[in-house]
Amino acid sequence: MIEFLKTPAGFAILTLVQALSLLVPLLILVAYLTYAERKVLGAMQLRKGPNVVGPFGLFQPFADAIKMLMKETIIPTGANRALFIMAPMLTFSLAMIAWAVIPVNDGWAIADINVGVLYLFAISSLGVYGIIIAGWASNSKYPFMGALRSAAQMVSYEVSMGFVMVTVLLCVGSLNLNDIVTAQTRLWFAVPLFPMFVIFFISTLAETNRSPFDLPEGESEIVAGFFVEYSSMSFALFFLGEYANMILMAAMTTILFLGGWLAPFGIAPFTWLPGPLWFFLKICAVLFVFLWVRATFPRYRYDQLMRLGWKVFLPFSLFYLVLVAGVLLAFGWLPNA
Amino acid sequence: MAFLDRTARALLLGELVSGMALTLRYFFKPKATLNYPYEKGPISPRFKGEHALRRYPNGEERCIACKLCEAVCPAQAITIEAEPREDGSRRTTRYDIDMTKCIYCGLCEEACPVDAIVEGPNFEFATETREELMYDKHRLLANGDRWEPELARRLELDAPYR
Repeated sequence: MIEFLKTPAGFAILTLVQALSLLVPLLILVAYLTYAERKVLGAMQLRKGPNVVGPFGLFQPFADAIKMLMKETIIPTGANRALFIMAPMLTFSLAMIAWAVIPVNDGWAIADINVGVLYLFAISSLGVYGIIIAGWASNSKYPFMGALRSAAQMVSYEVSMGFVMVTVLLCVGSLNLNDIVTAQTRLWFAVPLFPMFVIFFISTLAETNRSPFDLPEGESEIVAGFFVEYSSMSFALFFLGEYANMILMAAMTTILFLGGWLAPFGIAPFTWLPGPLWFFLKICAVLFVFLWVRATFPRYRYDQLMRLGWKVFLPFSLFYLVLVAGVLLAFGWLPNA
Repeated sequence: MAFLDRTARALLLGELVSGMALTLRYFFKPKATLNYPYEKGPISPRFKGEHALRRYPNGEERCIACKLCEAVCPAQAITIEAEPREDGSRRTTRYDIDMTKCIYCGLCEEACPVDAIVEGPNFEFATETREELMYDKHRLLANGDRWEPELARRLELDAPYR
């Protein structure tokens, strides 16, 4: 059996099983994230949220999914058919393949590569393509405007996100996500790098097109942004991709700043829970803040969004990067030095 | 100095945090939702719902075909035809209300001298076809028979204010 797993075929099967055992819970988590979103938003608006389908409305996501599948797929006559169909698939699969490098526990990543951060960054940049293609292929004005907004927004916020990541990498001395987490054994990076943590979190909101930066799908101006023309399964794929991206960004925040699978403080009552559970709980906490922010803040104006990205976050994160580098150098705390 | 003050406040995100604290407080407050088909809100005795034609306790219908309601109806939703009955009393042969025209203003019940046509507490009379909403006399009398205890109680409660 062990020998079989070392052959190429065995390795492929093993990877497939690993991928499925990560993706299936992930998709269920996506489904329940939509449920949690409706519940949390409801609770913050003094409503109850879905509570009819199943106990506490717990089967609501599946009812929604079935409804979505039953609908007719409408492809506009003016649309570029191939790209129009491809765009949601691209968004969805990019949101999924990013999970290949996420370590759920010590060494529990499907691909434990040494450039994990770079890989994640590349994949999340590619995410823009799904949106741009969707907006362009729809051949309709609102999707196109939504796509342009989204592309500009994601590109701007990626810059400051990059600086934040570089700051973390300076403190770790490795691009391997596993090493980043183990470097936080004594102290989570959220404490010494707190301003960067805040900037990173706000940038992830912009990166995933979440409120208050949900201009690409701003209902009041451009109907639904880049997925105006989408229906049925293609819409569902966009929807799933978007929520999977939220979970991915929450996972990244957890890994970079909240100590991944490590138990808080590393002391007795907390260490009884296994690592993956801690990882899951931390992701859930970050996601709750995503929903909480959505329930609290109104949407930014577009020029404010750009101003925040380029004129506030970028100089600030650059300054903090230099500061951290200087402190590390001055005190001789540089890793691998 | 004012600039420093403003910048410091902006960087510390005080307003954002206080906003989020507010929503978090609401998150734990008791919810205002009514589980509608299972829970219903209170209804005033003056609530203007589905129409009904009432009867006297001896079973005689109250309506005397004076057509005041037909005349006052601003939406012209009521149609009445009348002729003397065999015993000589004046009664309607036809009393139709087009519920799709009705604006539920309650002028018909205001106009009625004998409290025959009333608007009851029922608002759950949605139908699947438009035709079902063309109420005739039979339907209105049946409504009256169904809701009479409630209707009498509402009239009694509202009487001091009339």
